[in-house]
Amino acid sequence: MTSANVRQIVIDIISDIAPDEDVTNLDDKVSLREQLDLDSMDFLDIVMELRKRHKVEVPQEDYPKLATLESCVVYLSPKFA
Amino acid sequence: MSYDAIVIGAGMSGLAAGIRLAMFDKKVVILEKHSIPGGLNSYYQRRNFQKGGVRQFDVGLHALTNFIKKGEKGKPFSKLLKQLRLSYDDFKLCPQTYSKIVFPNIELKFSNDFELLCSEVVEKFPKEKDHFFNLVEKVKSFNELDLGLGYQSSREVLKTLISDDLLIEMLICPLLIYGSAWEDDMDFAQFVIMFKSLYFEGFSRPQGGVRTIISLLMKKLEELGAEVRFKASVNSIITRDGRAVGVDVGGEEILAPVILSSIGYPETCRLTPELADKVSPRVGAMTFLESIFVFDKKILPAQNDSTIIFYNNNKKYNYRPAINYFDESSAVVCFPDNYEMNQSQGEGTVRVTYMANYQQWRDLERNHYEDKKELVGQSALNLVKKLSPGFEGELLFKDIFSPLTIERYTWHLNGTVYGSIDKTRDGSTPISGLYIIGTDQGFLGIVGSILSGISLANLHGLMGAEG
Repeated sequence: MTSANVRQIVIDIISDIAPDEDVTNLDDKVSLREQLDLDSMDFLDIVMELRKRHKVEVPQEDYPKLATLESCVVYLSPKFA
Repeated sequence: MSYDAIVIGAGMSGLAAGIRLAMFDKKVVILEKHSIPGGLNSYYQRRNFQKGGVRQFDVGLHALTNFIKKGEKGKPFSKLLKQLRLSYDDFKLCPQTYSKIVFPNIELKFSNDFELLCSEVVEKFPKEKDHFFNLVEKVKSFNELDLGLGYQSSREVLKTLISDDLLIEMLICPLLIYGSAWEDDMDFAQFVIMFKSLYFEGFSRPQGGVRTIISLLMKKLEELGAEVRFKASVNSIITRDGRAVGVDVGGEEILAPVILSSIGYPETCRLTPELADKVSPRVGAMTFLESIFVFDKKILPAQNDSTIIFYNNNKKYNYRPAINYFDESSAVVCFPDNYEMNQSQGEGTVRVTYMANYQQWRDLERNHYEDKKELVGQSALNLVKKLSPGFEGELLFKDIFSPLTIERYTWHLNGTVYGSIDKTRDGSTPISGLYIIGTDQGFLGIVGSILSGISLANLHGLMGAEG
């Protein structure tokens, strides 16, 4: 799966769990929390949706690796391989 | 039968916990003793013999706190919407006009715009202006959702910030009676939760009352395929070597490694001998009487246009069990017709809440019980007339429920409404796999209860749980 695919997977999940957020102009290097109204509960939902939809597991100690879109792609891509 | 999780109680927290677990494919069952959902925020109906027909009433709901406008972010209500994947519009919120705290010769108005309370305080307590804004800053910067906090007296904190005792009494009055399990005081974390949810955010009421919320939650559970069983009374919570393993429901064993109990901490102990050996959370003393009146017409705006009046006829606000059955020196009077979007035609409704004394009501002989309720009703009716000068509506119907009614339908020991004075905060108990959610976890009000169910289901049912 390409980086672009993984990036899109994350964006799709975010737009489902936070339907009021504009996800069209996100800066990949800036933390998602700074750009969107996401709290720890929302990050849990990103993790839970990754498991539910894609059978990808993110252990709790790795939650910080989902901070930016770029770090999401780096961290998640091997899991989608 | 075995499940991933069992939720005991189909009140707000239990339903919300069930939704979160089912949303992520946990096999969950909600067990409810009553025949309908809602718990402390349920509903009932009464037939009106004179006029025919049936009237529907909410049990507890005066107001839904934590009001937000559509699209507002980062607030408890917006978190609830996201976590349960519900839409703002589904709640059909009707905001309050304004509410007021009425003490002898002084009143403070507040509304869903925090500026109103600020200007009222500045006008009526000019010397306290800076002190009040210091309090506001302290409340703003306080992280009340930290699950590791211990008890801190709100009155002690307030005394360090505000000099005028009357202002302390007036500010704390609505916060105590809308959520404190403690007498005369409350944990400062709870004070902050209440300050934000009542004063920063404010009141609204869903069109259709509490049923609107319950139906939304029940519909969600149904869509997710979660199981809800009514008239399912849990006889005991089964433990093995300090671990909860399941429950006994009418002789049937239902097994699950995670049990979320929303029935109260002392009440959970009663069902779990191994837990009762280890802890004895105290039953709170605060219980109430509610009188509901239906008139042939609505109260006119000129007679009273406020939504809720926190009334106290004393300089000091006494929040403790009544000395003599009920305490008419203070009350909460709710005028549900004064939520915007309600029609101006038709019958008028008013609800009056008094503090009560459980022991005395319990000890009353049956034939005196009705007479005593009649006295409560008369007192409450006089107060409604006093607070709505000029109103001459004809009383069509009244219903009064006592601490015994609350106990009978919620199974809360001593008819407590805000539960135990020993909150668990993070929900954990000395029994692993058994967690407390709802009132005795410590978040308050309908929005708080729902968030309690969500947070604890997240923490103990989803995070760290094996896929």
